[in-house]
Amino acid sequence: MTDQTTAAFDLDCEGVTKNFGTFRAVDGVSFSIPTGTFFSILGPSGCGKTTLMRMIAGFEEPSAGDIRIKGKSVLSVPPNKRNVKMVFQHLALFPMMDVHDNIAYGLRCAGVPKAEIGARVADVLERVALPDLARRQIHQLSGGQKQRIAIARCMALNPDVLLLDEPLGALDLKLREAMKIELKLLQHQFDTTFVYITHDQSEALVMSDYVAVMNAGRFEQIGRPEELYHAPATAFVAGFVGDSNRWSGTARGTEGETVHIETETGLALGGSPRGTAPIAAGTAVEVFVRPEFITVTRATEPAPEAANHHDGTIDSVLFNGANSRVLVRPPAGGLIEADVTLTGGTSDLRAGDAVRLSWDAAQTMVFAA
Amino acid sequence: MKSHALAAAVALTATGLATAGSAETLRLLTWGSYAPDALIEKFEEMYPDIEVEVTYSNNEEMIAKLRATGGAGFDLAQPSHDRIYAPQIEYEIYKPLDLTKINTGAMSKVHLDAVLENTTIDGEVYAVPHQWGTSGLMANTSLAPDVSGWGDLCDSQYAGKTSMRLRRTILLGTAFAMGEDPFAAYADLDAYQDLLDRVADELIECKANIKAYWQGGDDLSAMMLSGEIVASETWDSTAYKLYNENPDIVFIPPETGALTWIDTFVIPAKGQADDAAYKWINFVLDPENIKIMSASTGAIAAVPGGTELLPEDKRAAVSAAFSDEDIENLKFFANIPPGVEDMEGKTLEKIKAATGG
Amino acid sequence: MSRDARRLSLILLFAPFALWILLLIALPHLGILALSMREKVAPRVYEFGFGNYAEFITEPIYWNTLLRTGSMSLLVTFLALIIGFPIAYYIAKIAGKRARGALFLMCLIPLWVSDLIRAFGWILLLRESGVISRSLQWMGLTQSGIEFLYNDAAVIVGLVYTVILFMIVPLVSTLDGMGDDMIEAGYNLGGNSLTVLRRIIVPYAMPGIVAGCIVVFMMTAGSYLTPILLGGKNSSWFTEQIYNQFISRFNWEGGAAFGVLLLLFTSGVVWIGLRLSGQSLANTVARS
Repeated sequence: MTDQTTAAFDLDCEGVTKNFGTFRAVDGVSFSIPTGTFFSILGPSGCGKTTLMRMIAGFEEPSAGDIRIKGKSVLSVPPNKRNVKMVFQHLALFPMMDVHDNIAYGLRCAGVPKAEIGARVADVLERVALPDLARRQIHQLSGGQKQRIAIARCMALNPDVLLLDEPLGALDLKLREAMKIELKLLQHQFDTTFVYITHDQSEALVMSDYVAVMNAGRFEQIGRPEELYHAPATAFVAGFVGDSNRWSGTARGTEGETVHIETETGLALGGSPRGTAPIAAGTAVEVFVRPEFITVTRATEPAPEAANHHDGTIDSVLFNGANSRVLVRPPAGGLIEADVTLTGGTSDLRAGDAVRLSWDAAQTMVFAA
Repeated sequence: MKSHALAAAVALTATGLATAGSAETLRLLTWGSYAPDALIEKFEEMYPDIEVEVTYSNNEEMIAKLRATGGAGFDLAQPSHDRIYAPQIEYEIYKPLDLTKINTGAMSKVHLDAVLENTTIDGEVYAVPHQWGTSGLMANTSLAPDVSGWGDLCDSQYAGKTSMRLRRTILLGTAFAMGEDPFAAYADLDAYQDLLDRVADELIECKANIKAYWQGGDDLSAMMLSGEIVASETWDSTAYKLYNENPDIVFIPPETGALTWIDTFVIPAKGQADDAAYKWINFVLDPENIKIMSASTGAIAAVPGGTELLPEDKRAAVSAAFSDEDIENLKFFANIPPGVEDMEGKTLEKIKAATGG
Repeated sequence: MSRDARRLSLILLFAPFALWILLLIALPHLGILALSMREKVAPRVYEFGFGNYAEFITEPIYWNTLLRTGSMSLLVTFLALIIGFPIAYYIAKIAGKRARGALFLMCLIPLWVSDLIRAFGWILLLRESGVISRSLQWMGLTQSGIEFLYNDAAVIVGLVYTVILFMIVPLVSTLDGMGDDMIEAGYNLGGNSLTVLRRIIVPYAMPGIVAGCIVVFMMTAGSYLTPILLGGKNSSWFTEQIYNQFISRFNWEGGAAFGVLLLLFTSGVVWIGLRLSGQSLANTVARS
């Protein structure tokens, strides 16, 4: 794990494996989550992340491996006895109870005295900033309110770990953006370990302290968001986290820190080797370059110093304010994406303009395929 | 049940309207097995312009159906002779017969007289006899050799092995067995009510002895053939059928006399095919046709020598059941005066509801 | 023009429904109500009055039978719920798609044959010389035949068998709407199986439970053939008395009053049930 100095882990998984018949959904996953962390598991649908979460919650039993909460194995503990609470994808608020009863349900199950329940419900509602909604019916709540009630319902029980299964999936875009920030704030406020499952890399990057990228039942990499972004350990992580220009090609030889590549489309590139597998002349490789590291200059203007220069014509301009992007077609074919700033002035780039693309070898990530 | 009768009424009116145009449909309302297919085919061959439609029913439902429509929807009906006078008085559901159109000469005098006596109102005749039979007892003589009267059904030596139908027949039979004449008591309804109360006490007492009240010929036959019961009140025709399967099972005319019914022909008040109806009445008086009819119904035609026209096996069953004395002793069901059905119905409910056994 | 056409087509679309309601539901009931308030004073002479209702009240046989019918119907409803709920839960939440169809089909089988045939089926099984009694004898568990027929238990078994589908269908349709995550959330928040059943599954299914109970209770209280054919010497059923009034006793007025009373009684029981369960007709029977 990345932060080995923290002794107390809320959640430990060790070699957790789950087979469904001959299909291995989760394959030897190990990780430890330090106390009070916002931890995301990021992966495409079908990668096994939901199965992993259901094993942590106790709805599935691992075929092998161990799961420890606060250092104690929970394999033999039934789901209702684990102090791991879960916010479901569709929230699973009980529609036949009002907000108060939804939150009180868990407290009653835990045998909290009647007199205390009211106070604790009020307290948790206060903390999610919805103090007046206790007697509201579930169907009277807005999407964001439901979200917060679902979290409050779990947090009222002071869980060791809160699992969140893509709870933002059902919200519309605007609300989703707002809730990202809100979730992060709530996590800070409750100071509880959140394990957040998502296939949306922007959710994972924005909110998390640590992100695990999962693919085909395995963890590809665990790290802080910026590590994943700038120093992906595998081609999958490079491709899955953030936007990239991606080429398949062959290494032609190395020269110091730089490896020379020829892509299938015929581009000659200089890049830096990444990942663990060695790259030598003749190695098949995958190459990734993020659009924001490509500088676009008009063919008539001087280009900056860089290892890679490619000429082309602008095929189209994707306007998105400060995050605008151009698609450039080099003579060899294919399209290269590059970020530009469009100011709205007459000097802005337009489709059909001849341009030169420049980027460093250090920004050209090369993985053995 | 509630909406049943009115829905039926609506449906009947609808059929009435639908068939109003073609007067040559004969809509016959009769007992199950009283209109065998062979006979209908033969009739339609003889009168190609008449089509026969049959609805099967029983006494009570026939009257209920006709009452619902004021006598419409059917052209010919066959209630028993005791079910004509009171319903006509109360509901006016029949129309007078033209006896000149009926071959009354072919009918047996005793039955014709009995029917005419019972169904003549203000000088108008409303019914003629068709077939007759009796209600009495049946016993498996190998298991219950001593059954001879209505009261034997309550004999403790047959405890749990007898049955009866909870209808008016058993009330009357029990009254006779108690040495009373219920038909004579009809004249004074208070006296009759008193008699009914005593009959009810008797039958409630008897409840413990009864296995179950039978509902129809099928369940009675099944209980009798399987040996679950050894004796029962019965229709003679049911007993005759069982005699063919097990000759130990015989019809027993009770010592106080078998209760005799005559099924008749009546024309409903709003019948629309009187001519066809008369044709059918005369058609089934033909001896050849009587044979077909009796083979189907198991009842005896109300013509001189009607027994002779029964099929072989039924004739054997009848002669095993009836001696000449028994024939002498037959008790014709007397006309039911208005109101008596209600009194009897209430008595029957009282017996059913009593927790005697 | 097109608006008129649309209105016309709307009217035409609704006409069969309106006619059905009017001719087959409203009119007969009004007719029965009117009939029940006619007192017979002499042949063909009737007066307006409540004598038929007074007759019911003063004769214990009648209201005892009605109470008996009502309490047995409640028992049948309760049994149908107890037996039907696990079946419905299995169909809705556990069974696979194909098993689901097969299970539904199995529940439908009783309805493929008429009331009468169904009753005869039970008679063949339960009678003293029937399948069950014979099997017991054959296995040496009893010397003489045992009569399972002609008692209240037989009536209840027959009725439950007949009505169970009408309990299962609304239950399945409400349970279907409940996501598995609802149940998992129930466990996750610390509930044991009993709590989840009592606090989550049953309250969620309440509209279906109430809908099923209403339908089943009404069907049972209004059934005729099964109690008559399977019932014993003492097994009076209220519909039988209505039949007797109408058919055997020619007392249409009394029968009509009984019919109205049965309707009022069952409606009253349903109303109490709705009040007790906190449901309304709109979200139970009308919903599914």
